[in-house]
Amino acid sequence: MADLSVDFAGIRSPNPFWLASAPPTNTGYQVLRAFEAGWGGAVWKTLGDPIVNVSSRFGGLDAGNRKVIGFNNIELITDRPLDVNLAEIADCKRAYPDRPIVASLMMEMDRSRWHELVRRVETAGVDGLELNFGCPHGMSERGMGSAVGQDPELIELCTRWVVEAASVPVIVKLTPNVTDIRAAARAAVRGGAHAVSLINTINSLIGIDLETWNPIPHVDGLGAHGGYCGPAVKPIALNMLGDCARDPQVGVPLSGIGGIATWRDAVEFFLMGAGTVQVCTAVMHHGFRIVEDMIDGLENYLDGRGLASVNELVGKSVPRFVDWNDLNLDYRVVARIDPQTCIRCNKCYIACEDAAHQCIDRIARSSGGHDLVVDEEHCVGCNLCAIVCPVESCITMVRVDDGAAAHTWRERTRPAAPAAFGGGSSSER
Amino acid sequence: MWLRDVSLGKRILAPLRDAEAEMVAPALGPPIAEPLSQLDVLLEANRCLYCYDAPCIAACPTGIDIPAFIKKIATGNLLGSARTIMEANPLGASCARVCPTGELCEGACVYEHDAAPIRIGALQRHATDWLAASGVRLFAAGPATGKRVAVVGGGPAGLSAARELARLGHAVTIFEAGDELGGLNTYGIVPFRLPVDVARWEARQVVELGVEVRTGSLVGTGPEANVSPGSVLREFDAVVLAPGMGSVPRLGILGEDLDGVEDALDVIENAKFGRPLALGSRVAVIGAGNTAIDAATVARRLGADDVTIWYRRGPAEMTAYGFEVAFARAEGVAFKFGRVPVRIEGVNGAVTAIVFAQTEIIDGVPRAVAGTEERVAVTSVIRAIGQSKHVALFDSFGVAHERGVPIVDAELRTSATRVYAAGDCIFRVGKTDAMVVVAAQQGKEVAASVDRSLRDDAINGVLRNDAAGAATGEAS
Repeated sequence: MADLSVDFAGIRSPNPFWLASAPPTNTGYQVLRAFEAGWGGAVWKTLGDPIVNVSSRFGGLDAGNRKVIGFNNIELITDRPLDVNLAEIADCKRAYPDRPIVASLMMEMDRSRWHELVRRVETAGVDGLELNFGCPHGMSERGMGSAVGQDPELIELCTRWVVEAASVPVIVKLTPNVTDIRAAARAAVRGGAHAVSLINTINSLIGIDLETWNPIPHVDGLGAHGGYCGPAVKPIALNMLGDCARDPQVGVPLSGIGGIATWRDAVEFFLMGAGTVQVCTAVMHHGFRIVEDMIDGLENYLDGRGLASVNELVGKSVPRFVDWNDLNLDYRVVARIDPQTCIRCNKCYIACEDAAHQCIDRIARSSGGHDLVVDEEHCVGCNLCAIVCPVESCITMVRVDDGAAAHTWRERTRPAAPAAFGGGSSSER
Repeated sequence: MWLRDVSLGKRILAPLRDAEAEMVAPALGPPIAEPLSQLDVLLEANRCLYCYDAPCIAACPTGIDIPAFIKKIATGNLLGSARTIMEANPLGASCARVCPTGELCEGACVYEHDAAPIRIGALQRHATDWLAASGVRLFAAGPATGKRVAVVGGGPAGLSAARELARLGHAVTIFEAGDELGGLNTYGIVPFRLPVDVARWEARQVVELGVEVRTGSLVGTGPEANVSPGSVLREFDAVVLAPGMGSVPRLGILGEDLDGVEDALDVIENAKFGRPLALGSRVAVIGAGNTAIDAATVARRLGADDVTIWYRRGPAEMTAYGFEVAFARAEGVAFKFGRVPVRIEGVNGAVTAIVFAQTEIIDGVPRAVAGTEERVAVTSVIRAIGQSKHVALFDSFGVAHERGVPIVDAELRTSATRVYAAGDCIFRVGKTDAMVVVAAQQGKEVAASVDRSLRDDAINGVLRNDAAGAATGEAS
């Protein structure tokens, strides 16, 4: 059986599934229940100066059937006293010494106050610290959270303050509400961070109530932007994770966060460079019990592929995540539709007809009905038909080029070598 | 609060009870199908794939854009959903309950083979129930054309034709022989499948377009008729014959006039309107169509212990739908095949027994086999061997017909000038019963045909005037 244990920047964990700092890690009661369910570690709900939370805090987005695909919240950091949280952290560590507890921290931009917070939190026996430079709502208006995470100088400065006071590994959690996540990650590393976690939530307004015209969620009729998370943000998180993973100036362990709901999601994050994954929304949707299939599915996946450890996955897809300019312009696939499994819903047909390249034909069959057939000469291999098809594996994308050497845009537009000066083709100049 | 709470908020989708449903005649026990729950509606509507050029549309005789109406349910646009349905099918509410969906839309659903088909009928019922409860009036009469059209028969085909003609601006009068509109929907389908108020609501949607209704008006030349074909032809620019079919024909055997020998349609109607009905404990139903099923299940629900459907052919030849047969069996109805009644026996004028003979098929026709008679003690016999044709009506209009079925062209024109026909009355023999949904479609088609003809007349009239103008030298 594959080994799921990980050593993440010096933090040992029996499995790579951590709870993200969020409502599920608000109390010791919850964290104990989570550990009992099998979670490998927990990042405690952010500790800091006392705040007051509002009533009505969350909003959900579904794709029909009331299955949540997106979620936002305007809840702030912990609204419980620091000493209560610390006592509960200590209780949890006593009950589950093998499970890492990482304290998420947030503080005003004051070096001595950060030092004081680090000192007090470490007395509880935490295994690491995670600096919350990510929360995009509420606290950011007070100069904390993403207000720090959006300014590389503040990230570096604040990280340095913590690292100089801390005796345990320091993880910096990044906000995705930036133009280039690498600038923030590099700043954290310059400040001495031992690891980076990403992403925190995305600025969002989840909806407007059609009856009242209030924002959702609303507090006495008014709403404020919240932080967006859940399955819908996974592609954004994966992209930012990949950007950090392939940036040599980052180079520290990465903890992946954002829309991870299943072992499959987790494997994708490991492949894109995450050493651990953190989960919140899926637990808010289904409870702690989902970790059972995450562990079971990951083990079976690793065993099925003959891999001894989850570490053998980490980063394996990173070299394949490149700039567009490095893609092979000569690679060509076309769609093939399996008439045996096709249910003739014609969704591929209308998608191609209206939104792609008009290359699926409906061919009448002598026995009645019709087949959907791809005009391979004109198919550009865009995948749209395969995406809209409701039948798994009915439409496959088949390679049809001759497999000759790759030819990229970068190569095509590379300046002519100096030796070619005065010679070669001038028609392109 | 989830976003879904908003788009499908309680206020929009709450189960709106039709207050009038409470006033329906006796329901004779629980309905065959309960409405979908809110939860089921959401799940089912979202499960629909929204196929392009969907096979369910092609399988619907009225061509309802089914993916569109289901999508509208999913988006919380119940009004739009109901309009999509009712626009295509003026009988959309009753069809949601009585259509053999497994043979039509649901049978064509792309999920049919590899998964469960979408419950289209139940979703259609949800949308139309919402409409009925909302009180919204979807349609209005068109700008008056000055043309008058008579519709003979206020059943599904007549109502459908009347609605479309009224929307096109023609002044429509329905001549209905009975007390109420709706035809079989009102009188002839068991209330646990189609409550009478659904039929009444649908009829009201038509009447509210300004359609004149003359109930108790039997058109024809017979002794009971009170409206003459000549007066109808004089008063109206066009006539649509949509009388449906008549009573169940006689069996033509001894003892048929005994008390306790009933017409299945009378049984259903009387039960539906709560009139006294004494069928007793042992009931023989003759025939195996959907009306036979309805009568048999009514008999069971009225308390008969032993209800048997007797059919002269085999199970495969029954014209009742498979789901109807299954329903009847579940209701405790027994089936006996290959039996034909040869006489009915009685004491003091009341039926006591019926004698059946086994059949053999000779040249495709079942015939009694001598010496195979068996006597069955019964308290009543229900005839359900099809329906008679309104031959006299067609003759009175000079409409050519084949064994009581008017001959119509593709425009649903009969042989008589300005006289059209639609609905069950032009239904020819087939494997299945005539369907409400087909009658609804023919109503639309005959209305369009009448409209084309009346507008052609108008244009021709203009041309005649032009010709007159030319004759006086006014044209250049």
